[in-house]
Amino acid sequence: MAGVWVYAETADGGPKPITLELLTKARALGEPTAIALGPGASKAAPALGEYGAKKVYAHQDPAFIELLASPAVDLLARLIEQEQPDLVLFGMTYEGRDVAARLSARLGTALIANATDVTKKDGGWAVVSPVFGGSLLVTTVPRAKPPTLVLIRPKAVTAGPAAGAGAPQVETLSDPVDSSKPAARVLRREKEKASGPRLEDAKVIVSGGRGLGAPENFKMLDELAAELDAAVGASRAVVDAGWKPYAFQIGQTGKTVKPSVYIALGISGAMQHTVGMKGARTIIAINKDPEAPIFKMADLGVVGDVHKIVPQLIQEVRSRKGK
Amino acid sequence: MNVFVCVKQIPDPNAPGKLDPQTKRLVREGVDLVLDPGDEHAVEAGLQLVEKDGGEVVIISMGPPRALEAIRRALAMGANRGILVSDPELENSDALSTARALAAAIKGQPFDLIICGTESTDGSSGAMPAQLAELLGLPLLSFAKKLEVSDGKATIDRQTDEGYDVVESPLPAVVTVTGGINEARYPALRGIMQAKNKDVKQLSLAEIKLEGQAGKAALTQEVVAVAPAEARKAGEVIEDKGEGAKRVADFLKELKVI
Repeated sequence: MAGVWVYAETADGGPKPITLELLTKARALGEPTAIALGPGASKAAPALGEYGAKKVYAHQDPAFIELLASPAVDLLARLIEQEQPDLVLFGMTYEGRDVAARLSARLGTALIANATDVTKKDGGWAVVSPVFGGSLLVTTVPRAKPPTLVLIRPKAVTAGPAAGAGAPQVETLSDPVDSSKPAARVLRREKEKASGPRLEDAKVIVSGGRGLGAPENFKMLDELAAELDAAVGASRAVVDAGWKPYAFQIGQTGKTVKPSVYIALGISGAMQHTVGMKGARTIIAINKDPEAPIFKMADLGVVGDVHKIVPQLIQEVRSRKGK
Repeated sequence: MNVFVCVKQIPDPNAPGKLDPQTKRLVREGVDLVLDPGDEHAVEAGLQLVEKDGGEVVIISMGPPRALEAIRRALAMGANRGILVSDPELENSDALSTARALAAAIKGQPFDLIICGTESTDGSSGAMPAQLAELLGLPLLSFAKKLEVSDGKATIDRQTDEGYDVVESPLPAVVTVTGGINEARYPALRGIMQAKNKDVKQLSLAEIKLEGQAGKAALTQEVVAVAPAEARKAGEVIEDKGEGAKRVADFLKELKVI
């Protein structure tokens, strides 16, 4: 059976959502092994087993979260040489991207990025990735020695626990981490996100684009979001202009979201943005330009002025809620 | 302070991209080619550092001979000189081959920092800078939305899902910068004129001693199929004549959001 590994990112002693998505995909392709690094790695093992990991390599050294990528690459390179897996899955996240890319250069193996699916093909792998904002799907096959490294976009796979999963075999590692090499070290972590649900978890998202005209107009989005228990998102144009921190950005270079309802306000619908939100079940768009591409994908589109409609909408929502 | 900035020439991102169904590669014919807008921020970041501390900004790219135009654009912004690694064998290179070519061309030259965009706007795999850092044995400061250099160290604000991390590394290092890090300057006419006389060295694979190790001879992957993705269908589009908000609220009620 093919050896399929998952680079298991953890937070607060549990797997991150992307890790469970990767395991769900991995167990459809072979026998999953998870590699969990940093404090809380061992604690995450039972949850990794629930989603299909048969084996977990855990290393608890804090250096894995204090130093960017390098210690993880050293350890993975050693384990890969020893165990010779066929495929290693990473999340297309800040951490996953750095680790997978460095590792591919170290090993001289194929790294296929931005993937939304991996299947078996002719005894190897075929990897599907969207290009041009998701309008086209390309299928890529590796042409280098194994393992093939694949970066999978968050939310590309719907995570679910494995049927009849048992406790995984856990191997606790204690290799010393080489701290003699020059490295990028995290000095401190700052959180910027405001209150309300997280974009990744929100059932409803209210998102703003350049059409809002000015940063202060995001206030009405906050108000609307509060009424709908929604998270607030933004397009890249808005983030690049400095109106909103990057944590709000949805799209190719930002977050991928899959809410039940996505409300796009003053967003034209550039491919860069839509690749991150077209998985929403229902899309509502308000934009003054009738030619805006967002109307080609919206379930309900309103051609009009967001500055007028949004305050009215807040009132309408309040009156329907009996406020 | 000597800075290398890696740049890429790409089809104008404002024009819709096309893939050739036969070769499964980007169609570059009949499409305007530009310096990747993401790379303009990398050039700007390099220029700001050198304007403060002295030294030079060297633009480096891998691509066909016409990629010279993208280098000239960066030179017009104020960079000092350019290097183009260009070889027919490098056509259709993957990110790892690109990283090998750039690493081989940079190796042996004195520098403090290599700055790249976080990813190209066309390929957007974002793998090349980390691969370059690995091949040169350097730390990688990735996803920087702020960059400061002092006392032989580089410090960045690195984007995270929740906000940012402050990350530091000794020099030399590789840094990737996001679009939010600065406002890239527009080349002035004087800059455009000066750029024409700035030195751009063109290097072949043989000249960087990389024959057989990059490009066609070292492909790690191949695109075997291209297909249109299933598109979402447009729903109802109405023009707001005062009833727009009400219509949206009704729809939200229907969807049980309220």
